[in-house]
Order: sequence, then structure tokens, then C-alpha cells
Amino acid sequence: MSARFPVRLDARRGVVDMTHGGGGRAMAQLIQEMFVRHFDNELLRKGNDQAAFDVGAGRLVMSTDGHVVSPIFFPGGDIGSLAVHGTINDVAMAGARPLYLSAGFILEQGLPLADLERVVASMAEACRRAGVPVVTGDTKVVERGKGDGVFITTTGIGVVPDGIDISGDLARPGDAVLVSGVVGNHGVAILSERENLRFETSIVSDSAALHELVATMIEAVPDIHCLRDPTRGGLATALNELSLQSGVGMRIDEAAIPLLPEVASACELLGLDPLYVANEGKLVAICPGHRADRLLAAMRSHPLGRDAAIIGSVVEDAQGFVQMRTSFGGERIVDWLAGEQLPRIC
Amino acid sequence: MKYIDEFRNGDLARGLAARIASEVRDDRDYRLMEFCGGHTHAIFRHGVQDLMPDKVRFIHGPGCPVCVLPVARIDCAIRLAETPGVTLCSYGDMLRVPGSKRRSLIKVQAEGGDVRMVYSLRDALRIARANPERQVVFFAIGFETTTPPTALALLEAEAEGLANFSVFCNHVLTPAAIQHILESPDLREMDSVRIDGFLGPSHVSSVIGSRPYEFFAEEFQRPVVIAGFEPLDVMQATLMLIRQINEGRHEVENQYRRVVTRDGNVKATSLVAEVFELRPSFEWRGLGEVPYSALRIRERFAAFDAERRFTLDVGKGRDVKGCACPAILRGTATPRDCKLFGTVCTPDNPMGSCMVSSEGSCAAYWTYGRFRGRASEVAA
Repeated sequence: MSARFPVRLDARRGVVDMTHGGGGRAMAQLIQEMFVRHFDNELLRKGNDQAAFDVGAGRLVMSTDGHVVSPIFFPGGDIGSLAVHGTINDVAMAGARPLYLSAGFILEQGLPLADLERVVASMAEACRRAGVPVVTGDTKVVERGKGDGVFITTTGIGVVPDGIDISGDLARPGDAVLVSGVVGNHGVAILSERENLRFETSIVSDSAALHELVATMIEAVPDIHCLRDPTRGGLATALNELSLQSGVGMRIDEAAIPLLPEVASACELLGLDPLYVANEGKLVAICPGHRADRLLAAMRSHPLGRDAAIIGSVVEDAQGFVQMRTSFGGERIVDWLAGEQLPRIC
Repeated sequence: MKYIDEFRNGDLARGLAARIASEVRDDRDYRLMEFCGGHTHAIFRHGVQDLMPDKVRFIHGPGCPVCVLPVARIDCAIRLAETPGVTLCSYGDMLRVPGSKRRSLIKVQAEGGDVRMVYSLRDALRIARANPERQVVFFAIGFETTTPPTALALLEAEAEGLANFSVFCNHVLTPAAIQHILESPDLREMDSVRIDGFLGPSHVSSVIGSRPYEFFAEEFQRPVVIAGFEPLDVMQATLMLIRQINEGRHEVENQYRRVVTRDGNVKATSLVAEVFELRPSFEWRGLGEVPYSALRIRERFAAFDAERRFTLDVGKGRDVKGCACPAILRGTATPRDCKLFGTVCTPDNPMGSCMVSSEGSCAAYWTYGRFRGRASEVAA
């Protein structure tokens, strides 16, 4: 390797320039000394433009997710770990075991290589912890001002175990609605770092890979109907999506929704509703009502589901309203988000 | 949790609800106007109406600063944003408010106009300092609550000689609007809407105090209870109003004593007086021209007044045909009386200002309350 690239990539002081996307030696060196070095695995090492591997029998799941979060480093994570967790979670929400990831990088001219290395190292660490490697990738560089440091698109594939059928259109009246823990942490953590909004908080992003929690859950209750990670748009949006897909309504209980006091306070201060604030390490589960207690116990047995709660139930409603009993004792709709609450949160 | 849960306690709410239910008289109803959008929002978000007896009705007032700005002034802001070399800074809600021909600042932004959403005036000042080659205009809106920060920014700009900064001033005054509602023919002659009492502004009153309401409580013989924005505040103030009405009193009472005093924030009001003066008249959406109901920038700060710097001609704007925002803002119609509500006008595609801000009646009805009553007709 050193014979091909006699001068090592300067990851301390160097910056991304146009040659790093030009297809020549500089790009090859960036791939070797940055991506392959950190993501290191047998398939990537082969150096092909694709990865070839065997998959077992069963249904394959595939999902893709672009990440443009700003700022790229935030309390509890960064764009790299987020890109790994986000796609693993999208695959896992089908009840699947994630196998492999791809990663496409769009880098902006001038991005410090030190920042890129920090992101790639964090991504590699997230992959190792999750046991899901990046096996193929792509790098492009755009001129200064045409990107915002780094954008990462990851695609994941996974396999659904036999007998598992989880889909957003399977919620039925009488089902129970559960959430795996406190909501709103990710969005508040990102906001606290925004240039024009900076505030002190102990809240960190909940960014995490949920596939092992999902595995625990489907082992306990194989007939889970729906799983969804409430990312952009938060819990409220996830519930509305599931209602729409399944052609049902929901009734939830505000008092049952897990929420950290710090997040509630920050939202109060900023005029946000925590039900609409993004999460990156939570899931919503819908299962037959009589299985809810068993599912809840399974979720709580896993560290990522420690604060899980049953928050409501699925009801018949042709109009697909998500209704909520407020802690105050009244009723209201939990509606779709109008406009955009927080831009570039993931 | 300190200062959030305490004011949203369901047990206390049920206690107050029982008290209200036991004190309302059988032989009458109670029509109470909550002036502020903040109250409207709290009523809907927490489901306060569900805890009230049928005889108590809230009439939503014009206290949403986004909603009351007339189309002509939105059009001015749009023209400013389209002016080459201008960076227009605005609070977020204003970006989506439709002007004439359904243009909005967010559309101008998408077409390449330099429109920035800011959380604070300080951001606008910062943008002006960082971009001396651009004319940075702050689109100032709001009642007495948001006026002192604008005054401070103008003083700061003057002290610094920040020549590329100016303010498009649209600050309006609450007492003038309440008085105008009470004097309007709808209420006085036609008696189409009866208002028995007011839930008075909370944040506005923290600045101006409770004294300014004393005149019209006496003049129009209507009780005013200044109420906080938390749901328990709204319920307690409602009980206080019902008691005044039952006893035939019409006083200014202050439920929001943890913040509001009789004289208000004297420092803030004197700052405002230093920088602003009364406009002889100002157009409000829904209320029309209201005398002495808004502020303009004093001559001393003329250099920082966008209306003078850009010689803005605030002409006549055109409301969308069929939009009932004007009547809704006067309290003479409810969102459901509007033909556009929920059919072509939704928060995603607002036709009128009341559908934009979370404090607007239409947005609150749509977002929190449309499952009630005619839900089937307005479903998406």
C-alpha cells in the first residue's frame, strides 16, 4: 500500500479537495487509508465496486436512508453513527436481522480530513458494535458551497426470520400500542447545538441500533403486527403513518408516554411539542392486545427498552385519527405535522 | 417537574371543573372571549373545553399577532424580500402566511430570495454585522410582549451605527383592539355576538400591567381576568369570571399574579416609549382600521425604519375569496363556519392567516379539535 501512496493521507491538517472524488490516485488513497482502514472487513478489502456474498433462505429486506444532519457532531453521536443506526433500524423494523450495509459519501471540498476521519471512525465503531459491516461504498466530492461538509447515504439488507410478518398496514382494532422508551431526546440534543439556538443541556441523542431489541421482542411475541422507528416528525408522525397505512385510528394516553423532564422543559422553552421531536433509538410496536404485557416485559428486559410503556390502543376509525387523552383530562387529536418543525435533524 | 406539571395537574383540573359546574347558573350561559392565541392554543392542546359545562363557551379573540397582520403588510414584506440586496429576517410563523395571490415568504425563499428564519432579534443584528454589503431588514410583528426586544435592537443599531440594519415595524397594541371589539356594531347593535367577559392577556400584561384594562372594564361593564397561559390558569380565571358575572361585578382581576403586576414592567414600557410612537391608525385583519392601535418608529430612529428607507407603500391587499378569517378574528364566526376550512384550507396549504400560526383559531381547531362534531365532513 505504501508503495502506491508514498505520502500518507494527512488526516491531521489536510482537507478534502476535488481530486479526492476524481477517480484517480488521490481518491484511491482516500478509500484505502480512510474508508477501508476503518471499515476493514474481508468483503471491502477485495476492492470491488460491489460486494458478493451468500444469503440464507428467507425473505430479504432492503432499505436506504440519506443523512444530512446539521451539525455533524452532536451530543450522543454524529452523522456517521447516525447513518449506521438509521439504516439498521429501518431494516430491523421489518423484524429482520440486518446483514450488510453500503455507504455513499458526498464530501464538500474543504472538509477537514480530521473531521471526516472522526465520522468514519465513529461509523466503523457503530458497525462493530452492531455486528453489521459496511461492505461496499462510494465517494463523491462537490465544490465548496455545494454541500454541507458531508452527506452520507447508507443502504442495508437483512433477512426476516421464518414466520415473521411485520408491516405498517397490519394494525387492527384492539391492538396495543407500545413505545420503547423516552421520546424527543435526539431532536432536543441536535437543537441544543444549533448555531443560533445554543443552550446548555445534559440531554444526549438516543441514537442506537435497535435490531437486538427487535430480536428480543419477536422471540417473545412473534405475532407483532407493526414496528416503526419514530425519527423525523417524532412519535406523533409514526402513529399517524401507521394509522393511515392500516386504515385504523388510535387512542393514546398522554400521561403514559415516557418523557424526560429535561426534554419536556427544553420543548416548553422552544415552543415544541415533544411528540413531534425526532428520535433515533426508539421504536413503536403494535401487537394484539392480549400480547401487550408479554411484549412489554420483553422490551423492558433489554437495555434499549428499559423505559418501554404501553401508551394506547388501536381503534376502528375510517378517518384514521390519532386521539389523545391529555394528562389534563381533556381530549385532542395528535395530528400530522404541518410544515417543518425542525430542519435537517437526521 | 417544576413549573410545567404543576400547572397541568389533572386532579386540580377536575376539582376546578367541579367548582365551575356548581357555580354556573341554570338560567344563563357564559360567553367568554380569550383574547390571546396563547389561551386558544392551551384550551385546545389540553382539552380544556371538555372540562367545562356546556353553558361556558370560549370565543376566540384576535390575539394572534400572525393572524391579525393584514395582507397588505405581508405583501410589503414579500416585496422587501424580493428586492435585490435585501436579506429579510422573520420569525418562523410569518414565512408561511399567505399574502395576495397566495404568495408567501417561504415561496420567495424557494425562488432564491434571501429570507432567514430567526429565533431572536439578536440573530438579525448578527446577520447585519456579518453582511455589511446586504440590507438586513427585520420583519417585526407582535403585541406588547415582542415590542421591547425590537426597541432594544433599534437602540443597539443606533449606538453601533449599524447602517445596513432596519426594522419593518408592525407592532400592535392589545387594549386598543379589545376596545375596538367592544365598540364594534356586531357587538353593540346587532348583538350577534355577546361577550360576557374577557380572559385578559398574560404575557402582554407582564409588560403593560393590568391597569390599561381598567378603563374599558368600567366603560363597557365587562369583567376582565388576566390569565396565565397554562390550562389551570385558564380554568381558574374562568371561575373568577363566572363569579364576577354572577355577582354583577365588572372589575379587572389578576389571576396571573405570579408574573403580572398592576403597573407592569416599567423599564420595558419606557424603552418602548423612547423608540416608538402611536400610529394614528393601523389596519388589522378582521377588525379593519383601528385608531391608535399600533406603533411606528420615532423620527430619531428614521434611518433604521424600513418603511422610510425603502419608501414602502402599504396599499390594499387582497384576502382570499371566501376566507372567513376576518369574522373569525372578530369572534363573530367559528372556523367551522368557513367554507374553506378543512376543504381547501389546511395547515399544509393555508389560505388565511388563522390557519398558519399554532395560535390561530383555525389551526387549533384543525390540529386538535376537528374530530368533534362534524369530523366526518372535514376529514383529510
